Amino acid sequence: MIEFDRVTVTYAGAATPTIRDVTLSIGEGELCLVAGHTGTGKSTLLRAVNGLVPHFTGGTLAGRVTVAGRDTRTHPPRELADVVGYVGQDPLHGFVTDTVEEELAYALEQLAVPAPAMRKRVEETLDLLGIADLRHRPLRTLSGGQQQRVAIGAVLTAHPRVVVLDEPTSALDPTAAEDVLAAVTRLVHDLGITILIAEHRLERVAHYADRLLHLPGDGTVIDGPPARILATAAVAPPIVELGRLAGWHPLPLSVRDARRAAAPLRARLEDHEPPCRGFGVGTVELLAHDVVVRYGRHTAVAGVDLQLRTGEVVALMGRNGSGKSSLLWALQGSGPRQRGTVTTGGTDPAKLSPTDARRRVGLVPQTPADLLYLDTVDAECAAADADGVPGACRALLDDLAPGIPGDLHPRDLSEGQRLALVLAIQLTAAPPVVLLDEPTRGLDYTAKRHFTRIVRGLARNGTAVVVATHDVELVAALADRVVVMAQGEIVADGPTADIIAASPAFAPQVAKILHPQPWLTVADVAEALR
Amino acid sequence: MTRPLHPAAWWLWAIGLATAASRTTNPIVLALIVAAAGCVVARRRTDAPWALAFRLYLYLGALIVASRLLFRVLFGGGGGTHVLFTLPEVPLPAWAAGIRLFGPVAAEELLGGLYDGLRLAAMLICLGAANALANPKRLLKLVPAALYEAGTAVIVALSVAPQLAESVLRVRRARRLRGGAGKGVHALRAILLPVLADALDRSLTLAAAMDSRGYARAGTTPRPVRLATAALVVGGLLGVCAGVYGLLDATTPRALGLPMLAAGGAVAAAGMLLGGRRVTRSRYRPDPWRLPETLTALAGIGAGALLFATATVDPANLYPSLSPLTWPQLTLLPALAVALAVAPAWLTPPVPTETAEAPA
Repeated sequence: MIEFDRVTVTYAGAATPTIRDVTLSIGEGELCLVAGHTGTGKSTLLRAVNGLVPHFTGGTLAGRVTVAGRDTRTHPPRELADVVGYVGQDPLHGFVTDTVEEELAYALEQLAVPAPAMRKRVEETLDLLGIADLRHRPLRTLSGGQQQRVAIGAVLTAHPRVVVLDEPTSALDPTAAEDVLAAVTRLVHDLGITILIAEHRLERVAHYADRLLHLPGDGTVIDGPPARILATAAVAPPIVELGRLAGWHPLPLSVRDARRAAAPLRARLEDHEPPCRGFGVGTVELLAHDVVVRYGRHTAVAGVDLQLRTGEVVALMGRNGSGKSSLLWALQGSGPRQRGTVTTGGTDPAKLSPTDARRRVGLVPQTPADLLYLDTVDAECAAADADGVPGACRALLDDLAPGIPGDLHPRDLSEGQRLALVLAIQLTAAPPVVLLDEPTRGLDYTAKRHFTRIVRGLARNGTAVVVATHDVELVAALADRVVVMAQGEIVADGPTADIIAASPAFAPQVAKILHPQPWLTVADVAEALR
Repeated sequence: MTRPLHPAAWWLWAIGLATAASRTTNPIVLALIVAAAGCVVARRRTDAPWALAFRLYLYLGALIVASRLLFRVLFGGGGGTHVLFTLPEVPLPAWAAGIRLFGPVAAEELLGGLYDGLRLAAMLICLGAANALANPKRLLKLVPAALYEAGTAVIVALSVAPQLAESVLRVRRARRLRGGAGKGVHALRAILLPVLADALDRSLTLAAAMDSRGYARAGTTPRPVRLATAALVVGGLLGVCAGVYGLLDATTPRALGLPMLAAGGAVAAAGMLLGGRRVTRSRYRPDPWRLPETLTALAGIGAGALLFATATVDPANLYPSLSPLTWPQLTLLPALAVALAVAPAWLTPPVPTETAEAPA
């Protein structure tokens, strides 16, 4: 269905090709997972399938890519719209129309499908993805998971033979991600559509995939069955790391297979206790009482009480739209707060000047790039030093992410480097409370491990850290305490193991495999076995 | 059955109403026309963002009237015998002869300003009503195939504008997190740069999405033909505009009226036919044109026509006399026109209630 024949892509100005001499052939009805670190060319590979590379992005493509017999050399993306459906990373930014139904019909209008057939296809797609009750809804009011399903539906109406998905679940909470992936597997199994999917969080998709394309970073592509490639690949979900540790063969990819293999391991761990994490030991650094945040008629935070202690890492979890971001902004003092009190260091941060507020509570927002407005990394650091010690920001940055050239434009940094820069800027003010809103979106496993070390280091130095996140594996590795929000209220608050180990949605893979023993991470298990 | 009315019907109705308003300075008739437009908007608008803009048009109308009155007070001009009050006159140098600052303010002047302002405000509010009632994106779908690309550009601009406002808010809020450092140009830069970078990123994403979904597909039409089509359509539409202007403005030569309108229409139609022959797109659930649409359009056009008729039968009441001062009166024909104008509030099907829930 998709043929790559000795394909090499070089972007303008780049010294080395992004992907090099790639030859592969993907057949009908395959679910093919593309994995690799950030910047190894996953998006390039995906975009080459429908001709966005090089027709849209520029650069040079040597070799030949054909899809259903059509050469992308002679067929720009628009002429491939009826064979390849491409869904980008952020569905909301790719929507052309206002409402769900019009969005589904857009591709059909472009393909000049006659009106009666168009009507029928839209209805069928609404049912196929389970979004029929959303048909008249404005796209902006949908939740993240619904938007992603509409984006998939919008390419499906054109009856493509191939669907390409670039990180479809990176912004979604675990349940919404399951919904989207269930819809995707249904397309493969019921309709025989070929799916090419890139994803950082392999634990979510690896067990659905028939085949794995691993990009190790030198431009080549390693192609094979997921279990075989993951046995040695640098990127691996926790389940694979546990499998490698326990020496399981063949390597299980689903929790079900792993549980069947895990009985001996559970027996070996019988007499071990998971390491105890700090909980409720520090002194109270920030105290929030009865915090209410409203936007018009919509109540985002409905009367939340929260204590943050020194040296404690708190994970804030909950569905998209459950009020996590609104709570963080209210705690920092920059966001709206209609009722309640927030006290830190004897004062309310909302009453302080912005400069003083950031010395009490530092917040890294969901889109860290909003904070960056200068031309170079050095200029950003100098601006951050303006009310402190010169060179402090750069020193912090070198500590967090060593070796970033100072004359680079902040927008040219990778996601992880940009996060490090913004974090360094915020830490320059040395706040005793640090709030991080979805920091690991778009980070690969290595970057996440590095981030975990940074945050644990902050906590060791007595900083109270809150991390709002959907990433259960990150929470398992990082947090001392978990707070779960739903509809603006706190529904659970306690030690990490107590809250997430037994939850069907929030349990990390290791906890699911070793249940009822309360292990959370592979590192803990490895430590115990040593 | 609830359904949104065809956007073109609302525009025809509103243009008819605006034409009616342009033909009179009678404050009673003008106020009734504004009231009629307001009544229809109140009964038939959705809760979409553009529908909320009607209030802005009302404010703008009030601003026009107020500024007209202010100017009449400032530069009196000296007409009229019913002096209401006298402001101390500012003596001006000889080269400014003919201009007077302050001085006696006469009732005639104020009323003249009020009537003029009201007329302009009423026309504006009528167009505002159309804006509030008709979905701009559905209206753009009606543009002929020859103008499709331009129409899509407008659609993209329409959807990017609210997103821009949103990112300005987001970045301003985020700026506080860095201590809100800097003032003036520095602060502007700190807000504009991230917002523009964001807008650029979004536009590129959108363009990639549109391209991969078949937008501008099958560009097999030869370039000269496409250029000819565009030239014909744009030229023809300009002709139509000139013709409409000639028809409405009584002082322009006759030749600029109907003949120009007809010629422009013909050229535009030719261009659209030329472009339309190569249409490679279809429309999903086009808005139907049924009886309510016809009635609404007729109501607006009828209101305009009735005031045209009044102008020949009974011009005195359309332009109430200022010297001597007389009370404006409402006669049968304008009253009928207003009744026609408000009729769509009941003649059209009710709009569907918004199924959207509060944003998450």
